[in-house]
Amino acid sequence: MTPALEARGLRREFGHVRALDGVDFEVDPGEVVALIGDNGAGKSTLVKALSGSLAVDSGELLSDGKPVTIDSPAAARALGIETVYQDLALAPHLDPVQNMYLGREVMKSGLLGRLGFMDHAVMKEHTRTAFTDLGATVRDFAAPVGSMSGGQRQQIAVARAAAWASRVIFLDEPTAALGVVQTRNVLDLIRRVRDRGIAVVLISHSMPHVIEVADRIQVLRLGRRVATYDAKKTSMEELVGAMTGAISQEAA
Amino acid sequence: MTTVTGQQQAAGPAPAEERGPKTPLQRLLGAQAVQILGVLLILVVLFSIAETDAFLSVNNFRNIVVNVSILAIIGVSMTFVIVTGGIDLSVGSVLVFSGVVAAKTMESLGGEGVGVALVGALVAIVAGVLWGLFNGVLIAKAKVPPLIVTLGTLGMALGGAQIITGGIDVRGAPAVLTDNIGFGRLFGQIPYLSLIALVVVVLGAVLLHRTRFGRYTYAVGSNDEAARRAGVKVDRHLILVYTLAGFCAGLAGILNLAFFASTTIAGQSNTALNVIAGVVIGGTSLFGGIGTIAGTVVGLFIPAVLQNGFVIMGVQPFWQQVVVGAFLIAAVYVDQVRRAAAARGASTRRPLSSRFSRPAGARRKEAQ
Repeated sequence: MTPALEARGLRREFGHVRALDGVDFEVDPGEVVALIGDNGAGKSTLVKALSGSLAVDSGELLSDGKPVTIDSPAAARALGIETVYQDLALAPHLDPVQNMYLGREVMKSGLLGRLGFMDHAVMKEHTRTAFTDLGATVRDFAAPVGSMSGGQRQQIAVARAAAWASRVIFLDEPTAALGVVQTRNVLDLIRRVRDRGIAVVLISHSMPHVIEVADRIQVLRLGRRVATYDAKKTSMEELVGAMTGAISQEAA
Repeated sequence: MTTVTGQQQAAGPAPAEERGPKTPLQRLLGAQAVQILGVLLILVVLFSIAETDAFLSVNNFRNIVVNVSILAIIGVSMTFVIVTGGIDLSVGSVLVFSGVVAAKTMESLGGEGVGVALVGALVAIVAGVLWGLFNGVLIAKAKVPPLIVTLGTLGMALGGAQIITGGIDVRGAPAVLTDNIGFGRLFGQIPYLSLIALVVVVLGAVLLHRTRFGRYTYAVGSNDEAARRAGVKVDRHLILVYTLAGFCAGLAGILNLAFFASTTIAGQSNTALNVIAGVVIGGTSLFGGIGTIAGTVVGLFIPAVLQNGFVIMGVQPFWQQVVVGAFLIAAVYVDQVRRAAAARGASTRRPLSSRFSRPAGARRKEAQ
């Protein structure tokens, strides 16, 4: 299968620090890939590079087998790549519908639309459908997002990314601040997004969650990919070993 | 997931998850604008009972409305500015500056014609827009805090007006302005000044509450980084909002000239603060993201009604300042309590300290 997104030999230095040291990465459509690694392994830097928030020094990117440049978040968006940041990037005073369509408002047709009037009914309807499809538990579509629980806000951020992504979604620590039930909801959400044929890339420190939801697990260490595992056939011990350098699969 | 952080605790119980959606009526009654409207009505009823003949008359109410009109025009744009999380202290000076350049222009053109008045109005508005643009560019592009930028232009615009006039008010304006706009009434009842203010208020409310421009105004004030990542041109939007503030100050400048037939150079030092007080009393949060035009209008009426009522009752009018000050503090206190409650319901991860530095106690309270 042609990967939805593939990176080859990405390099990026910050002064003398080599954050990415020729890292390779690929994710197939309809697959959940987890990126794990110790702090400073380059997970966040890699995701930033793949989502257009950070320029790389060298290396190439391919989307559906074709070379692409992703030099801005807008360029990533144009390729159907969406990112859910750790801070979620929601506007707390706006409601779920307004957040869902922020920067992408549906305007009324004709003169009213040109004057800046929005089509609230369409946006609300589509948001409702998107949330129902993903089984999100957000019920109040008119309350400010800031008044909702962490789990609900996570769902809104994921649903927003899922609604706009056609290829890849990056999720940076989506369960870090959530309780048990809410974590379950978000993991279910990730599976449903994957089942639509969208590639999901998950960064997480939580090994049990990674093993549970991911199809493949790629381990980063010192800015390089050191191992790739099938999530069904690996164990926590193996993953930790790869993260710490005790086990190495790929030639250094 | 083994460490328990404050965020986890806040997110854990999640009362919000169990709560059903509020009904529109609950939402309406919860709005600060509606509560403050109740306060305003109580004031009106109290004064009406105390001084039925003098207070409760068409003439007196018309007086109050006229007094609020010019402030309301500035208040509309101030609401936009404060909703973005900013502030504009320069509006009073920009009003004076606009009035001065308009008065000087009309003086040199001479005559009392409609054409001269229109040129004057245009000059005032252009002057206001340019000051607003200057504020906006410095705030959005040079990243100087709005408090400082507009404090600077407060001095610059006032100083500029005094340089142009030598510090002496330009008196007089074309009669077509003073007679029609300043004191004229539609059907002999409705002051044109207030009609213009009403138009601005309605247009402002539509712009803020119904259009994408308004949506972005809230988004920028709520979380500018999120807005930026969502593709909103935040810098451009801020420049437009401060330019709108300049536009309204310029419009207020020509109306002020029409009403007082003088440039009132020394008379506008408290205008910006009075408007800000009205906006905040009306429920707009100084921290951005929350506010309504309707609230601002009600918030501006409270000081005006108090002033008027106290004068009629023979209370020293100085008491008005004391009471309005108390209202202002109470309004911000209510806002704080709401924000703290919202933060308890679900923690906002964006540190509030990024916007304003506030006493540690207040932040600790919100973190609970």
